Amino acid sequence: MLHRIYAVILRHAYLHRRSPARIMEVFFWPVMDLLVWGYITAYLQEMALSDAVLFLIGAMILWDVLYRSQQAISLSMTEEFWVRNFINLFISPLSIPEFISALCLVGFIKSVVTTVVLAFLALVLYQFDLLQVGLGLLPFYGNLLLFGWAVGLFTMGIILRYGRAAEALIWGMPFLLQPLSAVFYPVKVLPEWLQAVAFGLPSTYVFQGMRQVLNGGGINWGQMELALWLNLVYMVLGGIFFGLMLRSVRIKGYLARQNLQ
Amino acid sequence: MDEPTHTPREIVRVDSLSKSFAAHAVVRDISLSVPRGQILGLLGPNGAGKSTFLHLLLGLTRPSSGSIRIFGQDLHKSRRSILSRVNFSSAYTSLPTNLSVWENLNIFAKLYGVPHPQKRVRELLELFEIPHALHSLTGALSSGQLTRVNLCKAFLNEPEILFLDEPTASLDPDIASRVRRTLLRIHGERGITMIYTSHDMQEVQRMCQRVIILSQGRIIRDGSPREIVDKGGAASLEDIFISIAHADQNETKKESS
Repeated sequence: MLHRIYAVILRHAYLHRRSPARIMEVFFWPVMDLLVWGYITAYLQEMALSDAVLFLIGAMILWDVLYRSQQAISLSMTEEFWVRNFINLFISPLSIPEFISALCLVGFIKSVVTTVVLAFLALVLYQFDLLQVGLGLLPFYGNLLLFGWAVGLFTMGIILRYGRAAEALIWGMPFLLQPLSAVFYPVKVLPEWLQAVAFGLPSTYVFQGMRQVLNGGGINWGQMELALWLNLVYMVLGGIFFGLMLRSVRIKGYLARQNLQ
Repeated sequence: MDEPTHTPREIVRVDSLSKSFAAHAVVRDISLSVPRGQILGLLGPNGAGKSTFLHLLLGLTRPSSGSIRIFGQDLHKSRRSILSRVNFSSAYTSLPTNLSVWENLNIFAKLYGVPHPQKRVRELLELFEIPHALHSLTGALSSGQLTRVNLCKAFLNEPEILFLDEPTASLDPDIASRVRRTLLRIHGERGITMIYTSHDMQEVQRMCQRVIILSQGRIIRDGSPREIVDKGGAASLEDIFISIAHADQNETKKESS
């Protein structure tokens, strides 16, 4: 089992080693985001707003964790369709859970690398120390990673079933969740009915929790636990949904035709 | 329900296999048995159901009814253990073009748990006469080289059954002939079972010990190429194929009118 997971990770290591564009993708966009949000934050501080606006930088860095982990699953699998390699993988002894586990690990590695770089730049450029979040960083990070994987499973299930027409969801899905997750503002600014939706997302508790910590409050471990439970529910639902979509494309014959029109 | 009996020489057994997409039946009640070491050619006009049949045998598509047993095991229940002993090469699949040949083959060697991948990859590249391609970027290969790299991938795990979907479709006649010779040599040395689809009748006649012709999802001929030609009273397999294709077209026209 481990050698098959390793094989998929090796495939991505080779890909990144060979492609400067891939390396750039891990660093370039997140760094650009950091620069934009960092300077907005610096400007807001200059306007004598509270130092608490620093949370914008923290939110941007943590948001990237969710984004990377979601992309690792959905984009990596779609790429196998683009290069007509998915059938080769599917008829090998690699199981779908092994394949997904490997993609999750790839997402984890990429998000760790990106976070370290962003945290370093934020410290140097804006004197924002991500480590001031303290121990809370671990549940924040873990919950966002898990939610990214769950969203990735849903995204991939839709793409598997509806093909290229649904590919925009790879990039669109996280941004559908961003306003609801209250990444850059508190949940209370949302209309009441949307607040109910927001509290159904594990990411909301992470960003609420991060703001609370940066404002000098402690970590609300109860909310982190709730986020974890929600994540487990979404992971299970994502897995079931993906399994059903895979079953459906095998029945309809789409998988054999790699029918991603 | 009775378990289908499995004889030791029988490596693939298909019983009453059918597949429909919506209301359209593509494979209809196919039963067949393939003995170990046979090279079986699947022929049929476009839309006859041969690709769907091959996809059913690979587990890519789920049957509407019927069963497939490979090595005496049910394909649906023991898919992974079966897949570790078979392999597939097709003119319609590829390998990531932005990786080198070695990188691609090393990844698949690891997926199949091949010991000493470097030695095995070099042996296979030698066998298919492309040893110089080892460190080339896969995307920089000619289509003939790429087809042979795909075949190297298909032989990595020393499969007992090899599914080949038009393996020489993109090759020039000289390379196609060399590839056929290599396949026959490996077959002669290892007694590997091959299930083969091709539109090249001469190739099928040269390669296959047994040919199955499908029309509208049914087996309409089954025998050695010689037997099929003799029974059909034709000069060649190609003549048989053309007459079946015409009959198929007429049938389709009648149905649609």
